[in-house]
Amino acid sequence: MPKSYADVYFPVVVQAVLAMAMAAGLLAVSRLLGKRVRDRIKDTPYESGITPIGDARERFSVKFYLVGMLFILFDIEAIFLYPWVVIFREPGMAKLAFVEMLVFVILILSGFFYIWRKGALDWSGADRPRRKP
Amino acid sequence: MDSFIVISVVKAVVVFGALLTALAYLQWVERKVIAHIQVRPGPYRVGPHGLLQPVADIVKLITKEDLSPPFVNKTLYLAAPFLAMTLALMSICVIPFGPAIRVGGVQTWMQLTDLNIGVLFVLAVSSIGVYGIALAGWSSNNKYALLGSLRSSAQMISYELPLSLAIASPLLLSNTLSLRLLVDSQAGGAWRWNALRGPFPQIFAFVIFLIAAFAECNRVPFDLPEAENELVAGFHTEYSSMKFASFFMSEYANMITVSCMATLLFLGGWDAPWPARYGSSLVPTVLLAGAGLMALYHGIHPWRRRDRYSLPAAGAVFLLAAAVFLLPAVQSWLMPLFWFGAKVGSILFAFMWVRGTLPRLRYDQLMGFAWKYLFPAAMLNLLLTGFLVAWGS
Repeated sequence: MPKSYADVYFPVVVQAVLAMAMAAGLLAVSRLLGKRVRDRIKDTPYESGITPIGDARERFSVKFYLVGMLFILFDIEAIFLYPWVVIFREPGMAKLAFVEMLVFVILILSGFFYIWRKGALDWSGADRPRRKP
Repeated sequence: MDSFIVISVVKAVVVFGALLTALAYLQWVERKVIAHIQVRPGPYRVGPHGLLQPVADIVKLITKEDLSPPFVNKTLYLAAPFLAMTLALMSICVIPFGPAIRVGGVQTWMQLTDLNIGVLFVLAVSSIGVYGIALAGWSSNNKYALLGSLRSSAQMISYELPLSLAIASPLLLSNTLSLRLLVDSQAGGAWRWNALRGPFPQIFAFVIFLIAAFAECNRVPFDLPEAENELVAGFHTEYSSMKFASFFMSEYANMITVSCMATLLFLGGWDAPWPARYGSSLVPTVLLAGAGLMALYHGIHPWRRRDRYSLPAAGAVFLLAAAVFLLPAVQSWLMPLFWFGAKVGSILFAFMWVRGTLPRLRYDQLMGFAWKYLFPAAMLNLLLTGFLVAWGS
């Protein structure tokens, strides 16, 4: 049975080496075995048979950026919950811990409902309140 | 110390081999299940009942033309499938399959390693997996691939939130992040499993976890990144041969990981649903013997000519397996493996069942569902659990 810190993490390293060897091995073998035939048409991006116009490095919708930002905010909050759940049942801890976390969660949720009302969660924009021009 | 290293390496190789076999045959099982839902036989030509189909698929995929188009960003284009597959195969190393066992005088756990932060490790590794898809789509320099990978990344990080909240609420009942202690805290029968036990059964968290897990694995009804009628193949449009297959391998490996996590968090891991003294250790024998007898019966009255040989052979294998489960020498380690496999298998079957049943969602419905329904529901469930644990017990 493992005791030290290094013992506990040694199998993780073994698994990582195995996984990397497997991935690299499979990709290398298919590169060696597969024959290659090149021609001009094959070297263009696949767009269902239509000649591509420009390349794909275009601007994309700002909504993806917004989702990424909101994710970071709320995921940090979710990670704060993990140490909280581990110590929750220690003696004399539960009620205090619950009230403290309730305050934290209410603060976070008020932010959540604010962005909801602002329409940051509406992907299509169909149910956003209309403003008069 | 040396023996510890040898044991670790041997265990890692055994688990790795089992995982790869499971991956190959999961594909076969899925094709069979979908086929029977759609009333057709599915893979049938390669080997009896298509049992050698995975081998044929692997040989075919390896020997296919390995394109690397001139317009891609070479480094990232090659790194993406490597990253996806490596990370998907990593997280199995913290999953416990059973209790401690003795093999040839050596006491060892049926688990590669028991990290005290096992739950966080799985969460971390699975969220780095997003990079594989994001890089694949961007480096391909193809419009379909870029759109597919953007959709996929946004979807995966959105569903990560309800997923991590749904994981936190059963942990309130177990109070540990080590996956082994998590199972130990649920030992003693189905009424002690986190999905069912008091003061607040985590059945809602279980449902939220499953929905979010479907989305994390890009599975139907959340397979928007691969919506073929609008995006061809999504993020792997420009990939071919084994690079293409490695994304599928990682998807199936993620499915297995997620099913293992659901089993460990909510369904008591390798614990039998009721104690062995009321006959739970007879369940595998009864099931396998029933399957064996059924196969023998159908072998005697075959529908197709080749069934006359293949079905009795399958029946004999089933009956042999049923007999093996009765041996007291192997029961101590085979029984936990059976229950763990049965629970993981049922969840994997649910993945396939849903794929055969539900249509795809629209993208705005998908994002709205994660943020407006699942996230508040998971939060409410967590607070309610906390309240009932603090005041109820």
